[in-house]
Amino acid sequence: MDWTLLVIQTLNGLQLGVLLFLLAAGLTLVFGIMDFINLAHGSLYMVGAFFCATVASLTGSFLLGVLAALPLTFAVGLAVELVVVRRLYARDHLDHVLATFGLILFFDAATQLIWGPEGIAISLPGFLDGRVSLGPGIEFPTYRLVIILVGLAVAAGLAYVVGATRIGMLIRAGASNRRMLGALGVDVNRLFTVVFATGATLAGLAGLMMAPITGAYVGMGNNILIVALVVIIIGGIGSVRGAFIAALVIGMIDTMGRAFLDSAMKLVLSAQNAETAAPALSAMLIYILMAGILAVRPRGLFAPKGR
Amino acid sequence: MVVSLRFGVTLGVLAGFAVLPILTELFDQPYYLDIAMRMMCLAIAAVSLNLALGFGGMVSFGHAVFIGIGAYAVGIPAYYGEYSGFIQIPLAMGAAGLFALVTGAICLRTRGVYFIMITLAFAQMAFFALVSIEEYGGDDGLVIDTRSEFGGLIDLEQTATLYYLILAALIVSLYLVRRIVASRFGRVIRGAKSNDERAQAIGLDSYRYRLACYVISGALCGLAGALLGNFTGFISPDMMDWTRSGELIFMVVLGGAGSLFGPVLGAAAFLILEEFLSSLTIHWQIIFGPLLILMVLYGRGGIDGLLGGGAGDRHG
Repeated sequence: MDWTLLVIQTLNGLQLGVLLFLLAAGLTLVFGIMDFINLAHGSLYMVGAFFCATVASLTGSFLLGVLAALPLTFAVGLAVELVVVRRLYARDHLDHVLATFGLILFFDAATQLIWGPEGIAISLPGFLDGRVSLGPGIEFPTYRLVIILVGLAVAAGLAYVVGATRIGMLIRAGASNRRMLGALGVDVNRLFTVVFATGATLAGLAGLMMAPITGAYVGMGNNILIVALVVIIIGGIGSVRGAFIAALVIGMIDTMGRAFLDSAMKLVLSAQNAETAAPALSAMLIYILMAGILAVRPRGLFAPKGR
Repeated sequence: MVVSLRFGVTLGVLAGFAVLPILTELFDQPYYLDIAMRMMCLAIAAVSLNLALGFGGMVSFGHAVFIGIGAYAVGIPAYYGEYSGFIQIPLAMGAAGLFALVTGAICLRTRGVYFIMITLAFAQMAFFALVSIEEYGGDDGLVIDTRSEFGGLIDLEQTATLYYLILAALIVSLYLVRRIVASRFGRVIRGAKSNDERAQAIGLDSYRYRLACYVISGALCGLAGALLGNFTGFISPDMMDWTRSGELIFMVVLGGAGSLFGPVLGAAAFLILEEFLSSLTIHWQIIFGPLLILMVLYGRGGIDGLLGGGAGDRHG
């Protein structure tokens, strides 16, 4: 085993994990309080990336792009909640899925109309573009390291806000019994609007951080959304802690599977068979994990009690 | 005898499908025949999804995977030179049913939103597996150069023959679902949908009934996929993309979930809408998406509800 490669792949797995957490946190909070399932969360990821890319290419500064994109994505989240989502709380999950599917179609088409089908590339500022040395022979792209640090910082901040502040207390109270919370005089609708838009901003943050790596393109949020859904299913829908653990596990397993599964399978299979089967199997790995966990615990690992 | 509006529309649409090849031949518009064949294939898929979703209350967000399996059950044997429809069609239904059995056994342990998400995730799993298998074209898909052969009994290379085979399959599917829903089995399924505790309290193992229903639904959807593969002559993982599953749910709800014929109307309306809007602008989804949202917000019961159907009790 090559240790350098192992360290680098571990960091890559961590990077995917924190990105998934940023997406999953909004999804799971929104579900926890309002029992609302939002498929269009991936669209906000895309919108964040496009806002950042546009401002960055206009001003020439990636950091200005980031600073502008976050409030803009917050505003889009606010608009989506006020115009569409708010009317759906009283409905069943089938209606949530269908209506937010409609939102995805709308957002993808609108993005294509505004920014064109090619998408936008973002270049990084010089101080983020290099590599840092993490030890003898181990070099890792600076920017990916920054993604990991930002993701971990946001996770810590979120844990503080949810666990130790007044608004966090309201969020937890809303998750365990929102009617009681309303009866105690808290404006649950306003609380939810804020939570929804904050979740949107986190998704936007994830999207704009990915944009310098993959570019901003139409439909970029759709596939990663499914993985984020797998994360919240495994973590237990409604649990931020579960989402964090599951996101890191999924990020790690997916990355490791793609990196090492073919060499692992060559130990037991012929080289040719391993090379055919490994890509398919590594693509399926996280879903197999999900199936295994749900077979034992149908509500995920850390499902909040009393739901 | 008073013929209800719903019954009239049902007969009218089926009769329309039956005479369409004559009309397109007469006016030399083969393009409309293609749309009608797509419509009928997707209608079979929507009818099968409706059995699980509308009657059984199982909101499967991965039904397009069965279309894909059915299509690949035609494409992969054809890739190896096996063109017999007597092998391909049972393989399509069998493989789709088996996938439904294995994944359904896990999915049905969960409820509500978990069920929606896990069916979606399993479909994604199959999607990515097919994308990464280079042998069968991966992302680029597979061309089916020869349609299923039925030992000289019928010749699907003639478009009209394929057309009537699809129409016959649609009618048989509708008849089958009607018989299932009306049977004791169907009553258990519907009963468990409206109150599962009660169904279990009177001694019914509703899990097994649901699973059987899910498998039947998957197999029927596999048939739709096999026919669609024969019709398009080209199959790719894109057929089981999750947005396709979303479109199938849309067809069912648009037509009226829990009504027998609603999904056929839904599939027809969906494709007509798609054709019409995409002829206006390439950004047609910018209109289509909001229409979908408006339908969810204000269009209870779907088209079937408009026609006075009472079966659209999807919120039961």
